Parts: sequence; C-alpha cells; structure tokens
Amino acid sequence: MKLAYWMYAGPAHIGTLRVASSFRNVHAIMHAPLGDDYFNVMRSTSERERDFTPVTASVVDRHVLARGSQEKVINNISRKDEEQHPDLIVLTPTCTSSILQEDLQNFVDRASLSSESDVIPADVNYHRVNELQAADRTLEQITRFYLDRARKRSTLDRSVTNAPSANIIGIFTPGFHNQHDCRELKRLPGESGIAVNQVIPEGGSLKYLKDLPRAWFNTVPYREVGLVTATFLEKEYGMPYISITPMGISNTADFITQIGKLVNVWASALSGKRINYKLYVGNQTKFVSQAAWFSKSIDCQNSAGKEAAIFGDATHAASITKILAKEMGIRVSCSGTYCKHDAERFNEQVRGLCDEVTVTEDHTEVGDTTARIEPSAIFGTQMERHIGKRIDIPCGVISSPVHIQNFPLGYRPFLGYEGTNQIADLIYNSFNLGMEDHPLDVFGGHDTKGVSTKSLSTDRREINWTPEAESEPNRIPGFARGKTRRNTEVFAKQNNISKITIDVMYVAKEKSSP
Amino acid sequence: MKTLEIPTFECETGNYHTSCPISCVAWLYQKIEDSSFLVVGTKTRGYFLQNALGVMIFAEPRYAMAESEEGDISAQLNDQKELERICLRVKNDRNPSVIIWIGTCTTEIIKMDLEGIAPKLEKQLGIPIVVARANGLDHAFTQGEDTVLAAMTHRCPEYNRHTTNQQKEDITRLAVVDVAPNNNSPGERSKPIKCNLVLFGSLPSSVASQSNLESKRQSISVSGWLPSQKYTELPALGEGVYVCGVNPFLSRTAATPMRRRKCQLVGAPFPIGPDGTRAWIEKICSVFDVKPDGLEERENQIWKNLSDYLEVITGKSVFFMGDNLLEISIARFLIRCGMVVYEIGIPYMDRRYQAAELLLLQHTCEKMEKPTPRIVEKPDNYSQVQRMHELQPDLAITGMAHANPLEARNIDTKWSVEFTFAQIHGSVNARDALELVTRPLRRRSDSILGCRSLSRQTVDV
Repeated sequence: MKLAYWMYAGPAHIGTLRVASSFRNVHAIMHAPLGDDYFNVMRSTSERERDFTPVTASVVDRHVLARGSQEKVINNISRKDEEQHPDLIVLTPTCTSSILQEDLQNFVDRASLSSESDVIPADVNYHRVNELQAADRTLEQITRFYLDRARKRSTLDRSVTNAPSANIIGIFTPGFHNQHDCRELKRLPGESGIAVNQVIPEGGSLKYLKDLPRAWFNTVPYREVGLVTATFLEKEYGMPYISITPMGISNTADFITQIGKLVNVWASALSGKRINYKLYVGNQTKFVSQAAWFSKSIDCQNSAGKEAAIFGDATHAASITKILAKEMGIRVSCSGTYCKHDAERFNEQVRGLCDEVTVTEDHTEVGDTTARIEPSAIFGTQMERHIGKRIDIPCGVISSPVHIQNFPLGYRPFLGYEGTNQIADLIYNSFNLGMEDHPLDVFGGHDTKGVSTKSLSTDRREINWTPEAESEPNRIPGFARGKTRRNTEVFAKQNNISKITIDVMYVAKEKSSP
Repeated sequence: MKTLEIPTFECETGNYHTSCPISCVAWLYQKIEDSSFLVVGTKTRGYFLQNALGVMIFAEPRYAMAESEEGDISAQLNDQKELERICLRVKNDRNPSVIIWIGTCTTEIIKMDLEGIAPKLEKQLGIPIVVARANGLDHAFTQGEDTVLAAMTHRCPEYNRHTTNQQKEDITRLAVVDVAPNNNSPGERSKPIKCNLVLFGSLPSSVASQSNLESKRQSISVSGWLPSQKYTELPALGEGVYVCGVNPFLSRTAATPMRRRKCQLVGAPFPIGPDGTRAWIEKICSVFDVKPDGLEERENQIWKNLSDYLEVITGKSVFFMGDNLLEISIARFLIRCGMVVYEIGIPYMDRRYQAAELLLLQHTCEKMEKPTPRIVEKPDNYSQVQRMHELQPDLAITGMAHANPLEARNIDTKWSVEFTFAQIHGSVNARDALELVTRPLRRRSDSILGCRSLSRQTVDV
C-alpha cells in the first residue's frame, strides 16, 4: 500500500473513457460499482459539455459479487444498442472488474451476436498503466480494429490523397487546451498548402477511420497520447509520423522543417513541385509570433537569469523548459514530470537546459524541491499553483491535471505561432506578478508580512531568534526575506549556534556564498 | 377524515448517477476536528475523492488514501503490516485523536478484514481506529455518513442512570413546575429540562447550535450530538436516552443505538423547511410531554419572510432525479411552498425510518391540493430523461453529470449536491434552501438566444 493524498494521472479507465467519448457516436459501458461514473461529472463540468457524456455503468453490486454479472452486462450492451444505436460500444474494465476477473471478452462476444453496434472490450491492465497510457492504447486499439476490418473486407483505399495531407492524432477530451491547439494545428500546415485528412479521436467518425492511411503522414502533437497509434500506422501502412511538439519558436520551426522534408519526398515524385518552407518560417517567426521580438525587448531582459521551476506532463514540461532556457534566457533550476513511463526521453529532452530533473508522482516531493529552490516563478499543474500560493511564489499553469479555469472560452492555444504569443504572456505575467511587490518592499511599503517557512514538510527544528533579530528580516524586501532567514539558520547550525542575534545574522550574510 | 392518497413506490434498474459514498469524508473531516480519515482502496477511489473535493484538496485535508497496489490485491503483502506502516505515518504527521478507516469496494471484494485488523492496531498505536464500510456496492453518496456514524455509535461512552438519578428527580420536579401556569413572558419559560436527547447527523456547528436553540425554546435541552465537534466529546448512550435524526439518510445510525445501546428512537419528519422543523420539534416535545409553545406563530412568521421566494416558485413544477436521499424531505417542503412535484427519484427508501416524513408528505399534498408524486427507488437516468422530455418540468434537481446537458435542452436545473453542503436545516435556513431552488428560476432573463435548444445531439442522452 501507498500513502497518497493526490495523484497527477488518474486510473486507467479514465483514459479509455476520454478516448471513447471523444469519438463521435461511441458509447462506453463501464463495469463498475455505483459512483464510479464520475467521469461524466468531470467532463460535464470542466469542458462545460452540452451533451450527455456517452458513458454508462453496468453496475456491480452485491448480487454481482455473489453470482457474477451473468446477463447484466450483455443486457446493458443490448439496451444501449437499441436506445442510441452507437457505431461502437467499448466495454471498459475498472479496478473492480479486474479484481473480480470476470471474462469481459466473453460478454463482448455474446453481445456482438445480437447488437447492431460493434462491441469491443478495452484492453488495458488497471494495475500496470495510468490514465495517459491507457488512453494511448485504447486509441490504437480502436484504430486497429477498424483498419483490420476494412482490410478484411477489402474496402481499404491504399492510394494517398492528391494534394499533401496529414492526420492529427491525439486531440481529445478533456485535454489541456486541446481544442485551441487543434485549431492552431490545422492552420499551421494549412497555410502552406497541406490539408488535414483527419483529426482523431476528437470529433472523429469511425466510418472514416479506414481512410487514415490516405494521408501522407501523421502528426502527434502530444507525447502522452497518439504515439502508439502512429507507430502502428507506420509499421502496418508505412506512414511516416512527426512527433515534434510545435510549442515555442524553435520547436515550431523544427516541426515545419520536418513537414517540408516529408512532403518533398513525395511531392517531387507526384507533382514535380518542391515546397520551400524557409520563407514561411522566417516570416511567421518575425511577424506573426511576437515571441521572438519579445525575447529581444527590454521586458525580457529584466527577467534574464531569474529562476523558474517547471513541472507537468512530459510534453508540456519539456517544451516550456526549452522555451524558458533557450528563448527567454531564464534559468530553469528544476524541471520535472510525473510521466514516469517516459522518464528516459524527458531526461534527454531537458538535458543541459536545467540544473536538476525531478521525475516523481509525489506532489510533496515537488513541493519540497520548489521550496528549497525558491524560484521567482513556477510553471506547473493546478497542484503547483497551490504549492506556490502557500510559499508565496507566482505560478503559471502549463499542464494537466487541470480545473475549470484551464478551459478558457477565449482562444488560447499552446501550440504553433499563436501559441508562442500566449506562452510569452503567461510567462511574463507570472514573473511580473512576483516583481510587483518589490518596489513596494524596497521603499518600505505597507508590507509587514512574516517570513513564510520554506519547507512544506512537517519538519520543525528549534532555533531561537532573539526578538531584535526576529524583526530584522522585516526590513529586508519580502522576496529575499525567506532566503536570508534560511541562510542564517543554516549558518547557525553549521557553527552550533543556538541563539540567533543580529550579529549572527550579519556574519552569516558575509559568509554566505552567493 | 378522508383517506390519504398513498404515494406509489416504484423501483427501476439502478442505472443512475450518484457520488461514491466515500465522499462523506469531505464533510466529516471538517466536522470532527481531531479526526483523520484513511480511505483504503485503489487509485479509482482516490481520484474520485480528489475530483469531488475540488479545491479543498489543496488545503491539506486530514484525509489520505491507503492506495492498494497489485501486491495487496494478490495478497503478496500483509494487510496488517501495510496498514500499520501507513497509520504510523498518519499518526506522526497529524497526531489525530481517532483514525477512521473507510472501506471501499476494493476492500469488500478482496475481503480485507478491516474490522479484524483495527483492534490489533489500535492497541499497538494507542489511537482509536473506527472502521466504516462506505462502498458503492451497498451504498449511495450520503449513506457514507450513515456507515461512519453507525460505527461511531459503538464508541460512545455508556450512559449511567444511577449516577444521574439525582438529576432524574430534578426532572420530575421541573416538569411539575412546568405544568404550573406561567406568568412570565413567553420567551422566559422555566429552566430547560435535562432530558437525555441525543441528535444524530453531521451538521455545520452553527446549524447544530440553531437546532439546540429551537429545542431550548421549548425548554428541552439537547444533551449531545453524534458526531460531536471532537471525537473525544462523543455523547453518552444507554437506556433512558432518546435519539433523534436530523437527516433522512441515517437508517443504520438510527437502528444501532436502539439495538445495541438500548436507546429510544424518536421518529419524526426532518427539520427541513419551516413545516418540517415545526413537525420535528412537536414530535420531540410530545416524547418529553412538553406542550409546544408558540410554534405556529413562529412558522407563520417564517413563511411570511419567504413570500418573495414563494412568488417565484408557486405553481412551478419540479423533477427530482435522485442521488442523495434528501429528496423526500425537500420535495415535501417544496410542495408546501406551492410547487408541483412530478417525480421523486431516490437511491434508497427506508419506509420505516422515513415513515413520519412520508406521512407529512401525504398530508402536505392533501393540504395543498397537489397530486402525490411517484417515488422511484433506484431510478434509471436514461428513462428519467425521456420522462422529462415528456413532462418538461420547470426545474430538474439533478447531479452534475446531467445538469449542463439538460440546461442545453432548455430544462432549468439545480445541482443536487449543493443541498448536502448548504445549510438547509431549521427554520432559520429555510431561506437559504429556497435561495438554492429559486436561483435557476430567477436567472431566467429574456433569453439571449432565439432558439430553444443549444445541444447538437440528434440522439438524446
């Protein structure tokens, strides 16, 4: 057993439900006890979804425990089939069904005989994978199911589209700014004459899945979801894919260059035309995105060398680390992710861009690291925002897990050239918030705040401060207060001083290495 | 007297949305200040709680998950050792007076013997460990609190009649005084009777003290509450103690003191709405042979204060989808306010424990000349939505999973969970309860949209 207060990634079935309910006319039936269908609440509230979430539970109760589900699941599948005629019903296991070890495949086989809809069981192991991995697998499973069928029925069209086109894989509900990213992603290649063949799973229709291989290539904007599908399409249908996340100026430029390379391989053969993206990238970088100019402007100079801590999913944390370190000259003291299964590549991505790397699922570890580093700003999830609140450091939210605030009505992509503008605003505003106090403090403003304790652990060591010394840090500007206090205590400990006087404070200040 | 129209009870498939009963942790850890809750189960439960608690989770709540992993499920790890390790950490981190283990579906299915392990660890750690099995196999939402309070009943100290015999004599004396004609002004009656009345149900402390005051007005003093503000202050139970519930979902908690502690249960309607509050007090008075005083004037006064809200809802119709067991009481209150109730969905209907409330519902329907609603136990949400399309109620009281989609289909909704967290008990809070109910109806401005529906779905649900 593990003592846990908070988790960054949810349980496996959530991932399956996210993918299933992103597709059009797909219904998920959960094999779960009463109350486990809170996914419907999450989706309905955070995404402000207008329509009924296509998820129902086949309820596991005492009777099921005693006699097994018997006909219950099959009846629920048939009922849903008659009521709503979905194209596909995904039978979703939960932790409960995995412990009960009921044969879901058997239910599916029997229900398939009588229902118009296709029925498949989601193939995810509850204990081995988390929400994101499960979503990744379910997407691949559904895609494979329909492509294999088309192949068997020989309804598969193996010719590529005349004009260059791409699939976008991995946009789904309720993803962090996914809807806006999707719009931006359609625009990005679109401006350079590349059509979007299909977007899956969000809004995707199952009957068109067989036309996925007609695209020239696939793009996978997020590392968490879509890679498994893309590698499957590469292996079986020879489709190349781009897994660069177009977040930030240099990543977006790389992304477009990569598209250019892929398209030109075919274009010269098909139409004899070669497309050159250099000009496009240059123009966009200089004029559409303000981020390049912003990083040269005086504003950004002021934040040069400031420290930041970053935490989130692998895609966002790595990209934001790169943007801060390379594009804005901000020092990233710590960069981390909770995607343990992707730790190797994350390390590779942020190597040389930050002082230390944290890969953990434990929010207290993130909290303590942040408290120790005392950055000027944090970029993380909702959890880090609250950690920041407690230790008085501003935070910009850059990744799931999210909250209704992170589903803005306005257009806020993180990807592409408009994304670079949004990110620049987010970063600048976070640092600025932290700096607003300073002039006030420097001029002895109206600030009489005490020092916040700079550790989130319940670790209390007794060091006495004399009253005069106690009040001394209050004359120091707030943002340096905690550091001064901590340095003094560390110095006192090293020299076995148990009472801190004003003298000790100043000696400590002299001795402290910058 | 005309025979009352008996409400029809139906039972559907049980395919309905409600919260997992472990969500009771969210309000109970706040109520019992020196407690620490440990939910034993898988990631699914933890994730639910994290989402259900919303922002509260960031405030360092006194609750934690003991997350079962594969080794626990396949019994490669020893449950007792694992729990001991975790409880030690909880003890060091938080130093609570009690640790409450919440058993979940997971512990039920793998048959983890929490009740067997708890006493052993209690000895070892020197902290009381209370076990409550609040799982979604047997219970819905608010019934979680029921399991916790029923488990706590066993921990209440023993009420001893002999030491309080002296007091008993006082009571009889006081009672005699009470019968004597009272020349004081009505507000200043004789001293409250020391009657052993314990109220059960977790209410915010301000609401609890309001209830205490309500009964004090009738010179009845409440001797304790289950749960108390602190675990160390649990009320004494035993022969000669009367217990009375304030919430309709506390069936087990009602049964336990009767069967195990020889208490007497006062079966009353629940103090929701001015009518319910009055009936509740009257029933308590009748048990202690006290003549209620000034209740009618008080009730009328409250109704007068509600007139602006009553104007909004009189004649409007309401449909309860059902998820928290408060439905019967709230429906009864709304019918008294002049609304028409089409259907009362409810997860579980204990007709014995809610008998007085059901009777009041019938009387209210008769008095207001409104049809008796159908009561649907274990409802089927899909069928309910179909029925709502037919009936087009003015208001649907429903869970968050259906609220936005129904709004998009032009049916005003009120999120039912708010009734469990808002202060709706007692005469004082009748206004707050109506504030909730009328909010969606007051919001109805001239529609900015010329269209009736904002949903894109062709097939419904």
